[in-house]
Amino acid sequence: MSHAIEAEGLVKTYPKGVRALDGLGFAVEEGTIFGLLGPNGAGKSTTVKVLTTLSRPDAGGARVAGLDVLRRPDRVRRVIGLVSQRSAVDPEATGRENLTLQGRLYGMEGRELRGRVAELLERFGLAGAGKRVARDYSGGMQRRLDIATGLVHRPKVLFLDEPTTGLDPEVRADMWRMIRELARDEGLTILLTTHYLEEADRLASRLAIVDRGRVVAEGTPEALKSELRGDALQIELGDGQTNGEVHRALASLAEVRDVVLEGRRLRARADDGPRAVPVVLQALESAGVRVASVTVSRPSLDDVYLRHTGRRFEEADRAEEVKTR
Amino acid sequence: MTSLKHTWYMTLRHLRALARQPWYIAFTLVQPMIYLLLFGSLFQKITGLGHFGTADYIAYLTPGIVVMTAMFSGGWSGMGMVFDLDRGVMDRFLVSPVRRGSLINGRVAQGAIVAAIQALIILVVGLVRGARFDGGPLGVLALIASAVLLAAPFIALSNATALMVRKEESVIGAVNFILLPLTFTSSVFMAKDLMPGWMQTVARFNPANWAVEAARDAALQAHPDWGSIGTHLGLLAAFTVVAVALATRAFRAYQRSV
Repeated sequence: MSHAIEAEGLVKTYPKGVRALDGLGFAVEEGTIFGLLGPNGAGKSTTVKVLTTLSRPDAGGARVAGLDVLRRPDRVRRVIGLVSQRSAVDPEATGRENLTLQGRLYGMEGRELRGRVAELLERFGLAGAGKRVARDYSGGMQRRLDIATGLVHRPKVLFLDEPTTGLDPEVRADMWRMIRELARDEGLTILLTTHYLEEADRLASRLAIVDRGRVVAEGTPEALKSELRGDALQIELGDGQTNGEVHRALASLAEVRDVVLEGRRLRARADDGPRAVPVVLQALESAGVRVASVTVSRPSLDDVYLRHTGRRFEEADRAEEVKTR
Repeated sequence: MTSLKHTWYMTLRHLRALARQPWYIAFTLVQPMIYLLLFGSLFQKITGLGHFGTADYIAYLTPGIVVMTAMFSGGWSGMGMVFDLDRGVMDRFLVSPVRRGSLINGRVAQGAIVAAIQALIILVVGLVRGARFDGGPLGVLALIASAVLLAAPFIALSNATALMVRKEESVIGAVNFILLPLTFTSSVFMAKDLMPGWMQTVARFNPANWAVEAARDAALQAHPDWGSIGTHLGLLAAFTVVAVALATRAFRAYQRSV
């Protein structure tokens, strides 16, 4: 199977010495949705900028649809669509005008263009709003127009940079459905960047976890999670427990490992979660540790992230947000 | 061919936005009207000093205000570019096969049309205020050409500034720090012969002065010096070409920084 996107050893340093990409590389099979998952500031958007010819890397290279991004940016531009993190809708123009201008820039004209514009307005539920200026659209409508704009010229590869950031949960679910349908119906290759674990999990057939400008793990969401072997146990403890007590109680148990106590929250891993629960509870009880609640879950991408980077996804996300502010 | 088409598409985009907010032009004329009507009346007697080429200060001032308005309007053009950069609009264009030059040319074309409309409105107000323009239709045409050719390079430079600094504040700063001094070192308000010597020297190299000299000569004189007008307009056209080329190159600077 051929690759729609290949990136290798991408390095990009911004003035002020911020290293956005630090040897990042991955490959995307044609016709699939590939997720780049990482906290804010991990280098996802910079990767998209390089792959869409907007920015040049300091080192490394990339091919999109078989075309060299650095040597033939003009040809790459003809076969890609970009839906960037910030809305690219012209608010002073109507939905129809936005789409028409975009098509014209790719040399589309006349009936072909009109047909395509009408089709996209229909598909994205904007048929009734095509003649209104985009300024009056809701956030969800603008986002849909954004995606439609990225598709007018029938690109082979679509870049969706944080497509649902800032949208309501309902609108987000709607957007997910649309993205899935797109990949299925149009045979598109989609590169999706996101800092929502759930989004990557649901949409991407493969994903790369990006941290500090490099890929730290890559695979299908299922494979990444099963690498962790077993289930996650989360136990809320009652008041007044000390680390020592808890560890002493659980250290000798064969059923659990990776025991971590954060405040009153105890995390551990078990090959067979349901079977480990009674054993753990009994051990804690005989050590005099009170338990408020127990949850058993399949490992999440958050656990995968923790395992590869040593920090929780949310912490990293928040830390970066503070830094970039 | 493609460049022309793309320029037309971009011009259309900006003209549509303007057509949806026509009051924008009225808004840009508030300050010029204050200058023309209040400043014009305040300094009415100044022509008594001589060297103005006319006894009517309003008639003297009108072409000056036309030119000044065109230059400032052009200077603000970069604000639209900052807006496009802040949203993802410009990035969307830059990853498409659009010709970079057309992104500047479209704004220049729209700005030229705005400058012409502003010029006509100011001219009409001048006429209503009793100014006489002996240059006739041809003189008025040359006056509009001066305004357009002064607006154009400043539109391009304003967009270049926007691309390189990407901040509204910087565009505002550039407009005030550069365009205001250019206005006062030209004969917009004061006859050139009455300016201090060093200012007269500066005025010779000042595009605003090229435009106002050409505009005033063409509009006010029954027999204008077309040779001098042609030279001034030619200089402005050359300045425009350089400024547009510079602004188009500024896209590279922008792309290096993202």
